[in-house]
Amino acid sequence: MIPEIGQFALTLALGFAVVQGFLPLWGAARGNVVWMRSATATSLAQLAFTFVAFAALMRSFVVSDFTVRNVVENSHSLKPLLFRIAGTWGSHEGSLLLWVLILTLFGAGVALFGRNISDTLRARTLAVQAWISVGFFSFMLFTSNPFERVFPPPPDGQDLNPLLQDVGLAMHPPLLYIGYVGFSIVFSFAVAALLEGRVDAAWARWVRPWTLAAWMSLTAGIALGSWWAYYELGWGGWWFWDPVENVSFMPWLLGTALLHSAIVTEKRDAFKSWTILLAILTFSLSLLGTFIVRSGLLTSVHAFAVDPERGLYILWLLGISIGGSLVLYAWRAPALEPGGLFRPISREAGLLLNNVLLATATGTILFGTLYPLFVEAISGERLSVGPPFFNAAFIPLMLPLVVAMAVGPFLSWKRADLAGILQRLRFVAVISGLVALGVWYFAFGGPVLAYLSIAIAVWLLLGTLREWAWRIRLGDVPFAESLRRARNLPRSSHGMTLAHAGLAVAMLGFIGSSAWKSEEIVFVTPGTEIQIAGFDVRFEGAEGVAGPNYVANRGTLTVLRDGEYVTTLYPERRNYPVAQYNTTESSIRSTLAGDLYASLAEPADAQAEAQGAWTLRILYEPLVNFIWLGSALMVLGGLVSLSDRRFRIGAPHRAARPNAVATPAE
Amino acid sequence: MQRFLFALPLLVALVFGGFFLWGLNPERDPNAIPSVLISRPAPDFELPPVDGVDVPGFSRADLSGNDGPVVVNIFASWCVPCRAEHSVLTRFVEEDGVRLFGINYQDQPEDAARWLDELGNPYERIGSDIDGRVAIDWGLTGVPETFIVGPDGTILFKQIGPILGDDAIRAFTTALEQAQASVAGS
Repeated sequence: MIPEIGQFALTLALGFAVVQGFLPLWGAARGNVVWMRSATATSLAQLAFTFVAFAALMRSFVVSDFTVRNVVENSHSLKPLLFRIAGTWGSHEGSLLLWVLILTLFGAGVALFGRNISDTLRARTLAVQAWISVGFFSFMLFTSNPFERVFPPPPDGQDLNPLLQDVGLAMHPPLLYIGYVGFSIVFSFAVAALLEGRVDAAWARWVRPWTLAAWMSLTAGIALGSWWAYYELGWGGWWFWDPVENVSFMPWLLGTALLHSAIVTEKRDAFKSWTILLAILTFSLSLLGTFIVRSGLLTSVHAFAVDPERGLYILWLLGISIGGSLVLYAWRAPALEPGGLFRPISREAGLLLNNVLLATATGTILFGTLYPLFVEAISGERLSVGPPFFNAAFIPLMLPLVVAMAVGPFLSWKRADLAGILQRLRFVAVISGLVALGVWYFAFGGPVLAYLSIAIAVWLLLGTLREWAWRIRLGDVPFAESLRRARNLPRSSHGMTLAHAGLAVAMLGFIGSSAWKSEEIVFVTPGTEIQIAGFDVRFEGAEGVAGPNYVANRGTLTVLRDGEYVTTLYPERRNYPVAQYNTTESSIRSTLAGDLYASLAEPADAQAEAQGAWTLRILYEPLVNFIWLGSALMVLGGLVSLSDRRFRIGAPHRAARPNAVATPAE
Repeated sequence: MQRFLFALPLLVALVFGGFFLWGLNPERDPNAIPSVLISRPAPDFELPPVDGVDVPGFSRADLSGNDGPVVVNIFASWCVPCRAEHSVLTRFVEEDGVRLFGINYQDQPEDAARWLDELGNPYERIGSDIDGRVAIDWGLTGVPETFIVGPDGTILFKQIGPILGDDAIRAFTTALEQAQASVAGS
């Protein structure tokens, strides 16, 4: 009964979405306020009914209702409750339901909190949003119905892929989707602005908090996914340039560009058509990600079960939404008036550089990700593009961006004094150089690029702090005065400082764990000792243990440094009998300085297993935790910025407060 | 000109869409990566024996005209997975009567001899490839790698990495059985 209610709710939500796709548009064309405002009610109705459907599916998972096919295929009665709940979005169908839930959530958010937006723009935005909903509701109902029944019901389920039974991964898809789908509302705003034929500062101000919210979630989602890959897959890396990772990273890069170009549109009324294009493309890349993951187009470790019929349906959705919006863009964007002029050295120019580099990096990754497909289509040859290409192409684009990033926030609008700024940053430059030399003295070895990158990361970190200190005139005026200035500084300015510093911190993690990683793969029997990065590790043996829905071999490793006991590591190799799947549970000793990481691979064969011989992988990854720390800082920066007074009150044309300090940096 | 610039994103998207449509062809399997060597004759080479090991070296000629398929394993004493794989190969030879040839890759003869003394020598012939030139002709991507060569000198199967764990062993024995069956059938 309850699954049928879920399906019915989904169908009703589709109905409301269809109404919302037309009525507000007509209202906006004819100036009928009632029709325009109907979008508020239908948005809320869509959210309510999608929520009912989602709750119905979740209930089927929680109570293990094995008459529902999706539950049979992705759950098991012995699975812990948390993973039964997370199983709701573990499959293709369930994750789509989560997708539309977030889509309708953002629509309802604009309907509720966008009261200060002009009636016509809001009506058109919600209508465009409704069209996206129609596409995905129909996709679900026609090709991927999560509520399909199965008869006769089997006694128990087939279990969720054990790799996915993990706390980090339970949270990863919701955050990633909030990011992906969050850009839908920005897309809808952009298409609505094109329909309206008008983009102004107020438009940019309405769009920015939504962009920021989506960007934050995407940052957290990507960081969480990378953390999961790091400790769960047992390979010890945190980024593999896998197609599925790339398709989540591209919207992030372009979304970051959008975040910055929207500032120019808001403050200087410039970059209008560019900002619109970025908004369209960012969401297009999110859709592309959904398409690639679900169509089996490219080979990847993370792909969902492949079904060409579904792939074709999403391709049509993509064609209509991306193609349609770009046709509209080609038609209407040339009419948008260009904005204010600026000098080559100015904040506008700095943000332009940011945008050019980020867009180029996105294009490069897009090309590298799809290159195997292009080559196969044209010549029939098969090849794969791996990390060497991406590292060689991406890093040289990012380093200049990071160098410029420390300078950018100092720049003033229209025309800036670069010499004066570099004067302020000279100590930062000297310290960065000294730090790189210091690292070279202690670490010795490793690629030259690593030392250069360290210097650049420190330059960004200190430059960002220097800019903050300069805004509050720390040291120039009495401390109490600085404190007062810090309090009066807009939160978006503090947010920028946090996010930029976060990137610098994360960079230290990227560099440390790639350049100075040590790795040992050894064949061990009880008593074998291994030396790595100053640690002495002794393999004591492995024993069998049993978990709720798995059995495991657990190794015991005693770790000593300079003869002193440090810790004991327990890497496991788990076997999930129902899903017939083996997973590696690595054991990690985490410190800020670095992680000692151990994972157990399969025994050589039955004979070796009888002797207690295993293949053991031990890694030392210096500074790797800085990656997650930096990502957390970036998200925190976004949160702080989002709580800014302007966004909360959101009145587009508000008189400046009497004691406002210099134009905030963002 | 300006019009064209604004239409450019649309054109790029259309080109991408065309490729995607092609890529959805259900007969296409993006995961299949055929090896260039499969069904090709084994490369031409001649390798001397390893000093201090009492089995002969071998050349291309020794790979054709055999009664059944032979297994060619590329190994080195400095390679940890090879050590793990060694017991699996030994069992193939002792229990299933597999004919095993070895190519000793970039290895000092004394190290290789000590390694074989310690673990036992399941190889019928071992060629010493100190400079690694022959392994390149075999398309080596990393040690160990193992090939099944048919009686006519054609490469039938290639295993990249050690034959360890149930899946890899099953895949390898299946390929070996098919190779034997095709010899018996022809």
